[in-house]
Amino acid sequence: MNTVARLQHLGAETYHVFNRNKTSWVGLILLLILVVLAILAPVIAPHNPVEQNIIQRLQPPSARFLLGTDYYGRDVLSRIIWGCRVSFVIGSVSVAAAMFFGTLLGSIAGYKGGYLDSFVMGLMDVLMSIPTLLMGLLIVAILGPSQANLIIALALTMVPRFARIARAPTIAAKNKTYVEACQAMGFSDIRILVVHIFPNILGELMVMGSMWMATAVRTEAALSFIGLGVKPPTATLGGMIREGFKDIMSAPWASLYPGLVILLIVFAANLLGDGLRDALDPKLRNDK
Amino acid sequence: MEYILEVNNLSTAFRLKSGWYPATTDISFSLKPNETLAVVGESGCGKSVTAYSLMGLLPKHGSRIESGTALFKGENLLTMPPERLRKIRGSAMTMIFQEPMTSLNPVLTVGSQIAEAVYYHMGVGQAAAKERALELMDLVKIPAPESRYKDYPHHLSGGMCQRIMIAMALACEPDLVFADEPTTALDVTIQAQMLYLLHELKLRQQMSMVFITHDLGVVAHVADKVAVMYAGTIVESAPVKELFENPTHPYTRALLSSIPRLDRDNSELSPIQGMVPGIDDMPAGCRFFGRCPRKDECRPDILPQLLPLKNDPDHLVRCLLCE
Repeated sequence: MNTVARLQHLGAETYHVFNRNKTSWVGLILLLILVVLAILAPVIAPHNPVEQNIIQRLQPPSARFLLGTDYYGRDVLSRIIWGCRVSFVIGSVSVAAAMFFGTLLGSIAGYKGGYLDSFVMGLMDVLMSIPTLLMGLLIVAILGPSQANLIIALALTMVPRFARIARAPTIAAKNKTYVEACQAMGFSDIRILVVHIFPNILGELMVMGSMWMATAVRTEAALSFIGLGVKPPTATLGGMIREGFKDIMSAPWASLYPGLVILLIVFAANLLGDGLRDALDPKLRNDK
Repeated sequence: MEYILEVNNLSTAFRLKSGWYPATTDISFSLKPNETLAVVGESGCGKSVTAYSLMGLLPKHGSRIESGTALFKGENLLTMPPERLRKIRGSAMTMIFQEPMTSLNPVLTVGSQIAEAVYYHMGVGQAAAKERALELMDLVKIPAPESRYKDYPHHLSGGMCQRIMIAMALACEPDLVFADEPTTALDVTIQAQMLYLLHELKLRQQMSMVFITHDLGVVAHVADKVAVMYAGTIVESAPVKELFENPTHPYTRALLSSIPRLDRDNSELSPIQGMVPGIDDMPAGCRFFGRCPRKDECRPDILPQLLPLKNDPDHLVRCLLCE
């Protein structure tokens, strides 16, 4: 019905509780700064991230190269900014895809129950039993390293988590009287799921989304580090650590700074997730 | 079409660990347009199960309709395709639930929930649906509907929520409403308001009602006919006046005499001794036999039929001793 008003109300309420937990603001602001930097990469990056300059290679941080240069003489700062872009795109798209398909599967399985539930969740358990990194490795090895394949790999490993997260509250909501009342009003199952159950499980999904965003960024970096990420010379945070690794003793900045940025992203996303969890937890909302 | 709802020999079974057990047995009643049938009985006697069976709302796993027909405006509710039943549900046949506070979705505004019912079944636009929702909120006497429209269920009291539920149920001008203990969760003064409101709306909207309750005082107020249920069967059914003046089945009599009354000395109440038999422990004969004050005159092995009394064809009793 009136989606805007509903979201406004939920927003105001969430803001109120979110506000109580100051650390969540730190997470949000940190993440926002990084996202803005990544979006503005073409404007603010001081140098071309892929342009090689043999004369300037492995320069320590200086006024010209704020965070130094790597083995090929590329500006580390510019590469980090462009690398964040890749990380955020991969992180958010894979989480969004996993959230969409996971929620779809989990909520339908939870709502319908019976054999469908057993089948879908069994499948999810099989998927979940494969470690994230191994699954990423497998898919990238089969399909080849590219940004799209990396997203597919990450999404596939996260789908079962979201399916689980969506299923439990769907089952809880399904047994509430208001869902029975919806059935008594003759609403279709799809309508009940989308209009009535989904807004009730959105909170849990948002929390998981921000937490898994951190994991996706980390896994992407790990895959790039072992050479299965986005192909060089595209700048990625994991790829930069790998490229700088061989000179880590003489020029630690080439690996250290991208590593720190990964840490920052993961840290910020986790803080945000914690804050969201508190904000959306009905037990902590004061007017319920 | 004399009857709007005609239920014959409806039996519903539930699955327990050790097999299928009857939840209701041989339920038959009929309802004319604009008539109110009150179904009374203690908790677990099958009142709600009967309504849920007719609405097609029983859980798909673990329950089944064993036998019977239920003709709603000439169509059998128990055998029609689920899609057809879904179309009828919410438009021609609706239900008011017991717990108004939990029967509304906590994350949607109350107004939008009424409007949704209108929008979904009447095929009108969102603006017209909102218009109609405000009209309905006015009809159920919610003050200042415009400002209440945007409230969430937790902003409203139980009585207000129940008014919203009633507005939702009446949104599409149904022909039949099941009211499943609509006043149980409310305090007594609100109960009276709710009964008055329902009565008024019933007269205005021209609808039939099946009113499920365990409160005989409520029955006297709202019903035209009464069906008394015990352990999954209807034991007595009669017009409301007749039932209160001439209760015949031993259970009905015991039930009526167990109510404390203002005009009598209530220092000693007269409860019905014993317990309702469990669903997996139903006697083959009369279900009330074990607790019946007249069991010495009776026999336990024959299940009596629901038959009319000799001198009153509208008064049906399921008892071997009553004629």
